[in-house]
Amino acid sequence: MNALVEFFATFGRFFIAGLAAVGDVARFTAIALSHCVRPPLYFRLIGRQMLHIGYFSLPVVGMTAIFTGAALAQQIYVGSARFNAEGTVAAVVVIAIVRELGPVLAGLMVAGRVSSAMAAEMGTMRVTEQIDALVTLSTDPYKYLIVPRLYASVLTLPLLVIVANLIGVFGGFLIATQKLGFSPTTYLQVTVDFLESVDVVSSLVKAAVFGFIIALMGSYHGYNSSGGAQGVGKATTNAVVSAFIMILLANLIITVNLFGT
Amino acid sequence: MSTTPKISLRGVKKRFGSKIVLDGIDLDVMPGESVVVIGGSGSGKSVLIKCILGLMTPEEGRITIDGADAIGMHGKAREKILSKFGMLFQGGALFDSLTVWQNVAFGLIEARGMDKDEARVIAIEKLARVGLGSDVAELRPDELSGGMQKRVGLARAIATEPEIIFFDEPTTGLDPIMADVINDLITECVRDLGATTITITHDMSSVRKIADRAAMLYKGKIIWQGPKDQIDNSGNAYVDQFIHGHAEGPIQMDILKS
Repeated sequence: MNALVEFFATFGRFFIAGLAAVGDVARFTAIALSHCVRPPLYFRLIGRQMLHIGYFSLPVVGMTAIFTGAALAQQIYVGSARFNAEGTVAAVVVIAIVRELGPVLAGLMVAGRVSSAMAAEMGTMRVTEQIDALVTLSTDPYKYLIVPRLYASVLTLPLLVIVANLIGVFGGFLIATQKLGFSPTTYLQVTVDFLESVDVVSSLVKAAVFGFIIALMGSYHGYNSSGGAQGVGKATTNAVVSAFIMILLANLIITVNLFGT
Repeated sequence: MSTTPKISLRGVKKRFGSKIVLDGIDLDVMPGESVVVIGGSGSGKSVLIKCILGLMTPEEGRITIDGADAIGMHGKAREKILSKFGMLFQGGALFDSLTVWQNVAFGLIEARGMDKDEARVIAIEKLARVGLGSDVAELRPDELSGGMQKRVGLARAIATEPEIIFFDEPTTGLDPIMADVINDLITECVRDLGATTITITHDMSSVRKIADRAAMLYKGKIIWQGPKDQIDNSGNAYVDQFIHGHAEGPIQMDILKS
């Protein structure tokens, strides 16, 4: 009997802690969003963050996209050969890349690179009292640290995803034309014919949402970190893990809503 | 002299979970006065000034700055109150992404909207005021020694010429000579500005140099306060033990209890 009570007590504690965490994130998000629409905005910092998030993520996003696009083309070719549908490679590659793999892989790669960096930077600022110092210098930490990251991430991710989509499709094109014997002209023609505007729109919507999640999780965990170096490490890990999970969940929700019929 | 305290605390209580850190603090600091709060590590000194700054919110009590309630203040009103403050943090808390002069000029540029070139000139002046040459202006904080970081922190604290300055353990981690240099700089800068100050420390040489009045915090309460020249004859066994640094006495450290 005692074991059963202990089990439910433990379960209840986890449940309450989970609810508290959700409430805390929601409160943080509401405060951050309220600061996003109120001046002052630090455009210089937004530009700097766009450079950090976008330009410096290009190599990792580009490599991920080209390898994934190439592998995808090879897999689809082999799979579709089972029912003599090799001609679908270009169409499937472009739809898979633009609708799913481009935004999700770019989101995950940027989350790994940027959420962790944001959490580590802000966490270090928290434990070394730099955030308190901002307050004593009449500067709101939300406006100075968090809002520029949110704007930069939301604006930059769609650009990165466009690049990832182009490079991913190019990866498939390379394998298809150089190894699998497809005609370059036909491959490109099929790619263009099968790509619809809803595919591109969904890709960009996902990118913007993922950008928001990446900056939000990096900022939330960094801003609220405590406990010295160990706390900063924990914040960094939590930022990446929570960003990954939220990106995959958001991707599912957007996909079901846009393509669920 | 004005009879309205620059800073006034009444019945301020703050707890973390079951641990009571501040247990009904009453303290007045008059304009231009330098009050030093002493107490052992973990006695709540830093929490006290964080509550005054609004970095932490007390559960009970009232804090006023120039007669205006400071607890729960938001927006422009809070910005106005904060613009009166400068603070030297224990670890310096210099922004490591900025150069030394950008750190010193931060409040002038970001909070007051001053032109960068003009702010840089003032930053160099303030650096000179704390004994640092213009050659350090372009360095990063991690290129400075601990003493230099404290000086830059002091220059940043006085750059906006605030009415109230807080010093959090200003000499911790410094050698005795550098500690004395910092104490002298604090005394001179505060005198020049005519600022009201609260210093928290457990360094008695700082108390003797900086303070007009001292207060001792123990177990969340101010157990003694008075002019600094009375601290050696306070008649309070806790104060006597603390200022002489004796292990034996009414203050029992956790390690001794066990």
